[in-house]
Amino acid sequence: MPASYIPPWEDLLRVLPEIVLTVGGTIAMVLEPLLRPEKKRRLGWLALAALLVALWATAVAHVFAGPAFRAMIIVDGFATFFRALVIVVGALAVLCSLNYLERERADSGEYYALVLFSVVGQCLMAASNELIMIFIGLEISSISTYVLAGYLRDDVRNNESAIKYFLLGSFATAFLLYGIAWIYGLTGSTDLSEIRRVLANPELAPAGALVGVSAALMFVGFAFKVSAAPFQIWTPDVYQGAPAPVTAFMSAGPKAAAFAIFLRVYMTAFEPVASRWEPVVWLSALATMLVGNFAALVQNNLKRLLAYSSIAHAGYVMVAVTAHSEIGTAAAMFYLVAYAFMNVGAFAVVTHFARERERYVNVDDLAGLAQRQPVTAALFALFLLSLIGIPLTGGFFGKFYIFKAALEANLYWLTGIGLLNSALAAYYYLRIIVVMYFHEPGEAAATLAPPAPALKVALWSSAVATLVLGVFPSLVLDFAGKSATLAR
Amino acid sequence: MADTILFYIFAAFVLGGGVLTVTRRNSVHSALWLIVSLLGTAGLFLLRQAEFLFAVQIILYIGGVVLLILFVVMLVNLDETARLRQFNKAWWVALACAVVVGIEIWYVLNRGLETLEPGEAPQTAATIEGNTERLADVLFSEYLLPFEIASLLLLVAIVGSVVMAKKRI
Repeated sequence: MPASYIPPWEDLLRVLPEIVLTVGGTIAMVLEPLLRPEKKRRLGWLALAALLVALWATAVAHVFAGPAFRAMIIVDGFATFFRALVIVVGALAVLCSLNYLERERADSGEYYALVLFSVVGQCLMAASNELIMIFIGLEISSISTYVLAGYLRDDVRNNESAIKYFLLGSFATAFLLYGIAWIYGLTGSTDLSEIRRVLANPELAPAGALVGVSAALMFVGFAFKVSAAPFQIWTPDVYQGAPAPVTAFMSAGPKAAAFAIFLRVYMTAFEPVASRWEPVVWLSALATMLVGNFAALVQNNLKRLLAYSSIAHAGYVMVAVTAHSEIGTAAAMFYLVAYAFMNVGAFAVVTHFARERERYVNVDDLAGLAQRQPVTAALFALFLLSLIGIPLTGGFFGKFYIFKAALEANLYWLTGIGLLNSALAAYYYLRIIVVMYFHEPGEAAATLAPPAPALKVALWSSAVATLVLGVFPSLVLDFAGKSATLAR
Repeated sequence: MADTILFYIFAAFVLGGGVLTVTRRNSVHSALWLIVSLLGTAGLFLLRQAEFLFAVQIILYIGGVVLLILFVVMLVNLDETARLRQFNKAWWVALACAVVVGIEIWYVLNRGLETLEPGEAPQTAATIEGNTERLADVLFSEYLLPFEIASLLLLVAIVGSVVMAKKRI
């Protein structure tokens, strides 16, 4: 009876975003050899169109919410939220890349195809309710990102970035896979809801120490992907070496998707043993905030500084994970959106300012930017203020909701230290603003051409989103709050 | 009875082939002994009525992977490698690891953990339907999506390796 193997059409609609993106990526690769080098830019527009259609497809999939393909994936509010987020991040990254690749004379279809495939992996991660799917999605996303990090192969920094990311990343994935094997051996299932059922049932639950080993192994894998301490060592080198638009992409998209699976696994499958993993995540959150902020204080390279700042921001989200409540999940979701826009925006400015071969990436190079290009400087200042967490920006409400959730979970020490950390972080962000506004223009600022139209779109849309999140946070928070109840 | 004798024959293939693979100085001989070892594994699969894994083992590993290894071996300078020291200084670490794992396996098999009971051997009668058919059934119904998505993973890996290895993009 071969007919029974054909999935129902609702199932196909539930993976529509993935289908759209895969088709888009494949078309980009097929068209690549047919286009003359100067016309390769069109493939970027094709990728952008695919991403916009995928955004629409995400909405369609949400209308048909529910489990699909024998509960391998589940389309709920949580999945839709993160799918939309990673698709938007992908679109912003493509907008930043268009001129960057032209400048570096590396415009090619594979780049855009890899971005699209990476987003497919992240969409699958967001919607997976099953460990095998989580693993495959994570690998699709990671492998594409490894290649993107080393895309300009003649650049030694790119090579360093790609090889470090690849070796350490594969090692971390091995830990995750080993943890999956353990939990499968212990519970006989890779389905998150089923694992939860077994762990919650005192008659079926396997020995606590063995579950602990499995949860710890998977924690190593996830912590690496979200760059939480003590598995954050790779982040500065990889972010600094990779092409600036790729750094923008991987500091927001893959990280948000990794947090999505982190939340889903720990809030559903391992929720019955929450009292065991909570101290570990608590400690990791604390260490991540401290390491990120203190190391960022002494950085002079902009990309490296933003890399450490992204570690610190992962620490804030880890605080929300530690709270392990629905409010905490919603706060983490809101924060990841706010963080994505302000961070991609900041990296878009770095992309614009760096020029060919990324010559100008030091904080001092920004001297006098406000006099030469007041708009660019103002937008950069807005992103930095949002990263600090100044009111009227998305970053403020992000931090506010996270610490509120932490207080409701009685995490007083973590909240206190987190607040001190954000005050500390103000120093290194404000230093950039001071250099831009109060130093005499140097050679780097004087020779800066106005931003290209595509980059302008990326900058302005990130800025508008950051402000909207800061003024009307309920637009996103309401949806996050409704979606934070995960399928169990 | 015949099963037991065959098991020991195949096991001898696996272990003997494995030991000879790492101890031969000539890389081509090593690769050929690896084939013997993998053939033994294929035989063990067949003993357990896993015809599909048996076929995959021979086609994929012996036909594909070892062939590639042989190609690579032929591209490197054989005389040069034959003169190099065969084992590095850390060989005793590997030996210690192997002994520890061996003791662990012996312990688990003999004592057992209360949560880790070796399952009942599958009944031969239950496999009348055919191992390959059942595997296909599970693969194309329950695991359809991972099965299809894995092809995207392979595509990404291929595109990635080409992008990284090409002289000019």
